[in-house]
Amino acid sequence: MSAPLVEVSSIARSYAMRSGMFGRSTAVHAVDGVSLTIPKGETLGLVGESGSGKSTTGRIVLGLEPPDRGEVRFDGKPMAAVGTRAWRAQRAHMQMIFQDPLGALDRRLPVATQIREPLDIHGLGTPAEREERVRELLRAVELTPAHGVRYPGALSGGQRQRIVLARALATKPDFLVCDEPVSALDVSIQAQVVNLLCDLQAQLGLTLLFISHDLRVVRQISNVVAVMYLGRIVEIGSADDLFARPEHPYTQALVSASPAPGRRSASRIVLAGDPPNPAARPNGCAFHPRCPRAIARCASEVPALSAVGGDRKVACHLVTGPQVETRDAA
Amino acid sequence: MTPLVSIEGLSVAFSGVPVLRGVDLTLQKGEALGLVGESGSGKSVTWLAALGLLPRHAKVSGSVRLDGREILGARAAELDQVRGGRVAMIFQDPASALNPVLTIRKQLCEALALHRDLSGEAVKAEALRLLNLVGIPDAARRLSAYPHEFSGGQVQRIMIAMALAGNPDLLIADEPTTALDATIQAQILELLSTIRREMSMAMVLISHDLGVVAENCDRVSVMYAGRIVEQAPANQLFADPVHPYAQGLIGALPPLDGPRRRLTAIPGTVPDPAHMPDGCAFAPRCALAAEPCGRTSPTLAPIADNRAVACIRAEASRRALLGIAAE
Repeated sequence: MSAPLVEVSSIARSYAMRSGMFGRSTAVHAVDGVSLTIPKGETLGLVGESGSGKSTTGRIVLGLEPPDRGEVRFDGKPMAAVGTRAWRAQRAHMQMIFQDPLGALDRRLPVATQIREPLDIHGLGTPAEREERVRELLRAVELTPAHGVRYPGALSGGQRQRIVLARALATKPDFLVCDEPVSALDVSIQAQVVNLLCDLQAQLGLTLLFISHDLRVVRQISNVVAVMYLGRIVEIGSADDLFARPEHPYTQALVSASPAPGRRSASRIVLAGDPPNPAARPNGCAFHPRCPRAIARCASEVPALSAVGGDRKVACHLVTGPQVETRDAA
Repeated sequence: MTPLVSIEGLSVAFSGVPVLRGVDLTLQKGEALGLVGESGSGKSVTWLAALGLLPRHAKVSGSVRLDGREILGARAAELDQVRGGRVAMIFQDPASALNPVLTIRKQLCEALALHRDLSGEAVKAEALRLLNLVGIPDAARRLSAYPHEFSGGQVQRIMIAMALAGNPDLLIADEPTTALDATIQAQILELLSTIRREMSMAMVLISHDLGVVAENCDRVSVMYAGRIVEQAPANQLFADPVHPYAQGLIGALPPLDGPRRRLTAIPGTVPDPAHMPDGCAFAPRCALAAEPCGRTSPTLAPIADNRAVACIRAEASRRALLGIAAE
């Protein structure tokens, strides 16, 4: 394993939320003690349902949002303070891709101009070099210069996402955060973009943080996968192994909820209860109210993310705890 | 046996642009049919047209029979008996289908009053029964809540309860779980299949998610550019797809177990309905396309029991698939 490019140590972030106009404001812990390491050239997949804190984690890692606690180190150095010159220099090495390419593009500018913009902002190259770089980028995402003169509205969803990708690559970043980059695309187009992302990663040696709710896409692209639930990582391990042998009951439910052609629904684990509400985080293990195997201890004690052999870590009393008792016995 | 629904040559054009180009489909009583395809393939338009729910400028032709009776172009009064009564529909975005300023009780009772001969206390009792049926906890109290007080999954459950109010013979579920999280999607699909079994109701499940359709349907129709290109029992379609487009869709799905392979992306994009290619609409993206594909548009022809495909290269395509499997 090569040296880590990105090191995230126990970051936390909470927001104040008011319930109703005159309600008391409560703290919503979007991310609570998340630690991650991404080696150079590898991909870490982050999965979880809405409200699990995966996007907030991505934003903190990029420095778009400061953490309340904890630290992000990029290439061995701590992230510079937002807005400073050092921060801007660091930011040219990291970029982000969002789910909605139309929202990320300016509808009134030809797309080539938008791909060029980061080069102008960071003052990279002479004007002629910039033009050449734009053509090179369009080729890299398998589009032609003819696409460059069009406006976002005249491109298809998959083409727009390629433009966003080309723009993100303009400054030759080392690190890319992709937040649900293919979720809005149709299956056949999704496959095109996933293949392109894999190719570009291999060519350019990119390091990726890939955030998605789609387990299949995440497995396809990731070396290591972390599963988040209500702001914490509940399980982390190598991608193939994690999906083949999930240990945490939540990961097991997620894997079993992912429909597979050729399998009937008989074996599916269906979790009871609603999706978790980050504003009302249950005590103990946040998953215990929905967990089919919860024991008494789960309701009172927060399980720590502990190694269980191999490179797998799990935060669950049933997997790591010394005593295993059933709810009936308790 | 008369099929529950039989659609023949259904075509739709919006201001002269054809979006549905001759769809033939039959649905037996109690059957679960899946409809898959990418955006713009005509999955939703098929059923909106069949139920007369398209705006007036849409030009609809063909035939849609419900229990042998023609409903395409039927009088409004007749359609009102069908829609919400015999055939109910649920959509992707349940929150926008409910009225935010009325309680759930009001909206459920409205549907019941329209489609059932119930009054007074009986309506309220039935509303409560439906809400319990779809698994809303503490239903009696929650009846007086407003839509915003429920989570996304619960709102979809309420929509299902409203759809069941008319005791339908057919439920059309248009991307019912697309907006929901994975674990909630599993709950809703489980609920739909339980209800379908208990009420022996037929269901059309429209989805872009092949996995969802495979697990929940008996039979699947694959649509491309306003036509059905392949029709097969669910297990057979996924084990042995024949149409190159169906093969492409299945190959584009990343596997969740086993070795990783490069995804077989279908090159290009869906054709613009206003500039449809001559002949087979899929030919420009098809790896197996031959010269005759650009001339005539293939018709859906049976290839085995219960299976039909619209491709003149079906034999070649099948061999190609077997060749790959033999390697």
